[in-house]
Amino acid sequence: MNKKSKWRYFMDWVNGEEVIETPKKVTWKKIDFEKWKTIFQKYLWNDRKKSIFYLIMCVFVSVVFISILLQTVNTLPYFGGSNNPASNEVVQRYIESGVEETGATNIVAGMILDYRAFDTFGESNVLFLAVICVVMLLKKDKYNTTEAEEREQKEDDMFEKQDANIILKRIANLLIPLLFLFGIYVVLNGHISPGGGFSGGAIIGAGLVLYASVNGQQKIQKFFTYKIFVRINVGCLLTYCVLKGYSFFTGANHLPNIIPKGVPGALLSGGLILPLNICVGMIVACTIYGFYALFTKGEI
Amino acid sequence: MLIENLLLLFLIVCAVLVSVTKRLLRAVIIFMAYSIVMSVIWIFLESPDLAITEAAVGTGITSILFFLTLKKVHQIKGTHDE
Repeated sequence: MNKKSKWRYFMDWVNGEEVIETPKKVTWKKIDFEKWKTIFQKYLWNDRKKSIFYLIMCVFVSVVFISILLQTVNTLPYFGGSNNPASNEVVQRYIESGVEETGATNIVAGMILDYRAFDTFGESNVLFLAVICVVMLLKKDKYNTTEAEEREQKEDDMFEKQDANIILKRIANLLIPLLFLFGIYVVLNGHISPGGGFSGGAIIGAGLVLYASVNGQQKIQKFFTYKIFVRINVGCLLTYCVLKGYSFFTGANHLPNIIPKGVPGALLSGGLILPLNICVGMIVACTIYGFYALFTKGEI
Repeated sequence: MLIENLLLLFLIVCAVLVSVTKRLLRAVIIFMAYSIVMSVIWIFLESPDLAITEAAVGTGITSILFFLTLKKVHQIKGTHDE
């Protein structure tokens, strides 16, 4: 009864009878993995040997990387050489007719916000995405905070009020308007003097961070709420997109005379560069302050 | 130029020290020093745009974010978190 041939099985199956399977015999012995593991860990892979192995691997990887990088540096062309692949007709064009074509005396600003405005748009988008990711991960709302945490937060706020450091407060409050002023100057003069949207925005953002860390976040929330943060970020990005979109869709052939170029060197010159600088600066300032606020409190 | 070489040497020393120091707070402060010297070098390389950005971002923003992260993971001594 136990030993049924395959044919017999098949017959039974065709006839609709219940197939009685013979119990499978386990022929192989169960290997004692745990025992092997302990032996392995005891003799071949104990802590000392592990640390030595990791040390050797660290040194090995570092040496390999250092040698590769040094080899690369060795074969790089001489800095500032005239025969470098970087100094081609593009650079010549930018330097010779950049002021004339873009209206900006700061050639770098002319490059990144006129010739290469699409790249700068991508960079702004990267910043926007980064701050959105931080908002998604760190922003506190009613779904990811418990009551105990909220109570702790309130106690922390009380501590902050007691910790008032008068010297720090006075000096910082003297410094903050100057920081804002310098940041705004750098943004507005981006097409005339060194600087531009990104650096000016970073300075303004640093001022906001200083203000928030000295005077407490409640004070900054009076004029800079989450709603305003989102509106500035999205609005500036959309403005940039609309202002520069025409040249993307017309194959980078700029439509003439949307905004007059003005006299190179004057504040209101450079066509679209000034508004684009302002947009980038606002995005950067908001992003930097947003990072700070979300990292400390989890709210803006 | 002597000054440039000195600054570059300082950069290398900073870069090694950042990886060698045990305490994270010190590493961040050394990194700040690195950024400051780097911004001076950018001026020597005739790119003041980058110098301003490096001074604002490398020294200010990056270190603030590092400090905040250290505070979050309770690595700064002397705060009431620890």
